Amino acid sequence: MSPLTLEPNIDRPDDFYADLLAAHEGLTKAQSDALNARLVLILANHVGDREVLRQALAAAAETNPREEDPK
Amino acid sequence: MNKVFEVPLYAYTRSPDQEAAAPVRHAVVVVGAGPVGLAAAIDLAQQGVEVVVLDDNDKVSFGSRAICFAKRPLEILDRLGCGREMVAKGVQWNLGKVFFDDRKVFEFDLLPEGGHEFPAFVNLQQYYVEEYLVHRVRDLQAQGAGIEVRGGNRVTAVEDRGDHAALTVETPEGAYAVEADWLIACDGAGSPIRRMMGLDFVGRVFEDNFLIADVVMEADFPTERWFWFDPPFNRGQSALLHKQPDGVWRIDLQLGWDIDKEAEKAPDKVIPRLKAMLGEDVQFELEWVSIYTFQCRRMERFRHGRVIFAGDAAHQVSPFGARGANGGLQDADNLAWKLKLVMEGRAPDALLDSYDDERIFGADENILNSSRSTDFITPKTETSRLFRDAVLDLAERYPFARPLVNSGRLSVPCTYDGSPLNGPDALPGGPARTRPGAPCPDAPLADGYLLRRLGGHFTLLAINAEAPETLEEDGIVAGRLALTTADDPEGHLRARYLGAAARAVYLIRPDQHVAARFERFDAAALRRALRIATGREVA
Repeated sequence: MSPLTLEPNIDRPDDFYADLLAAHEGLTKAQSDALNARLVLILANHVGDREVLRQALAAAAETNPREEDPK
Repeated sequence: MNKVFEVPLYAYTRSPDQEAAAPVRHAVVVVGAGPVGLAAAIDLAQQGVEVVVLDDNDKVSFGSRAICFAKRPLEILDRLGCGREMVAKGVQWNLGKVFFDDRKVFEFDLLPEGGHEFPAFVNLQQYYVEEYLVHRVRDLQAQGAGIEVRGGNRVTAVEDRGDHAALTVETPEGAYAVEADWLIACDGAGSPIRRMMGLDFVGRVFEDNFLIADVVMEADFPTERWFWFDPPFNRGQSALLHKQPDGVWRIDLQLGWDIDKEAEKAPDKVIPRLKAMLGEDVQFELEWVSIYTFQCRRMERFRHGRVIFAGDAAHQVSPFGARGANGGLQDADNLAWKLKLVMEGRAPDALLDSYDDERIFGADENILNSSRSTDFITPKTETSRLFRDAVLDLAERYPFARPLVNSGRLSVPCTYDGSPLNGPDALPGGPARTRPGAPCPDAPLADGYLLRRLGGHFTLLAINAEAPETLEEDGIVAGRLALTTADDPEGHLRARYLGAAARAVYLIRPDQHVAARFERFDAAALRRALRIATGREVA
């Protein structure tokens, strides 16, 4: 079992980020939300390992929500 | 149209107890002649325990109610003498279809595992189950067993007096008092006994209403389970179509929370709904319509001194997964042999506390599964609906998402991991599915099926191993069932009970759960396992 990777792991990150935005282009908020939900499920299935998924859920939940940011 | 549920099966008749100067004491009184109460009473009567069943009604349940009976409960009902007629009458199905909006997203075949006498489940109206159980009561009475069902007997007061329970019973001819060494309350989710004793029933209420309709129709729908999420004929809600015997179809339509229940039940409202679902041209007749809401909850403890709760009286689940009646029959199965041993002084009172341990474990498993199904079927937040719909959309194209679709996880028997009655698991290489606490899986032998040979008493199951014909420990006798893998035509016995081991000796409980298992017969180890399994020694 491998731990969750939280170090940079994506080759050419700017290209990936552009792909992510492109996938959402022209979608309504509802369509975008649905796409994100499908994406989460597809990626979660690819990971498969429940322990890694648990760590990913925790890492996402622990990241501070915006309203707590000291802007 | 079938009217079995309109015929009184145990009409009120005056009992000699009503003439007695002092309250008559019975060994066991069961309150409630539903599937669970009748099963508990039959189990006890088969073991020679005198039992009286009281019910305020005099006929089987009105409407189909529970319709899906799973393998383990069918095996239990077979031990009680009516499993086979239920299978003969019931409808078997293997194919399920899941629809989302106006399209079929996928279908599944249950591909039941081979080598079992009983199917994974049958669809059968609860009124037939109750009718067959009442027939079995009549058979036992004809054989002289001390079992009696008193219709028109409503319990209005109950008191636990430490060494017995005292009841006041209302009848069409007035009230009488009666006593029981032990009282088993199987009086349903609204349990009057529970209320009279002031006991709590805690859990989660789901804010939703469902319309249940049994329709009789000559339609060429196949014998399959069809489940719709958000269909055009019931926008934003769910729907289920399932076949029962006699050309009766169960239709289940989610209605939402803010509805007028009485109006929704009226035929002028129901019939257009059904036509929208089934098609304008389909001819059908309404047999039964009901609207239900549900809770997932249980009592904190099922045993309260001399009063023991079982079935819906002790725990309530959503209908998704068919875990209500199926769970309740396993309560009865778990309780009867323990109560018998305690009544005869062959096991300490503490054995009954293991009923709490094991069946609370089972109830929690059922509540967890049925709550999860409910959360999937009726998402209560925007986000849960978003994920639910994403799963369904993906399931249409990608196999990976199909196991996430949850339209009910059908009842499977509970393995009592961590039960105080579990003895050693001393069979290296033994299969996980037959570890201590597990229900024995069936297996075909050269001359019939394994479970029939296990009966309803302690058994030493010796496979390719030496063991004495009987083992007695302080009045508890375990009889040997000696098998070899030469008796194993299809290899199921080996796969299910030996795994990588060459031989095994299992101690099997009267409810056909594994108590302990070993590589070979060791008298001291098996005696200890027998003491642990009867609550005389702590593991």
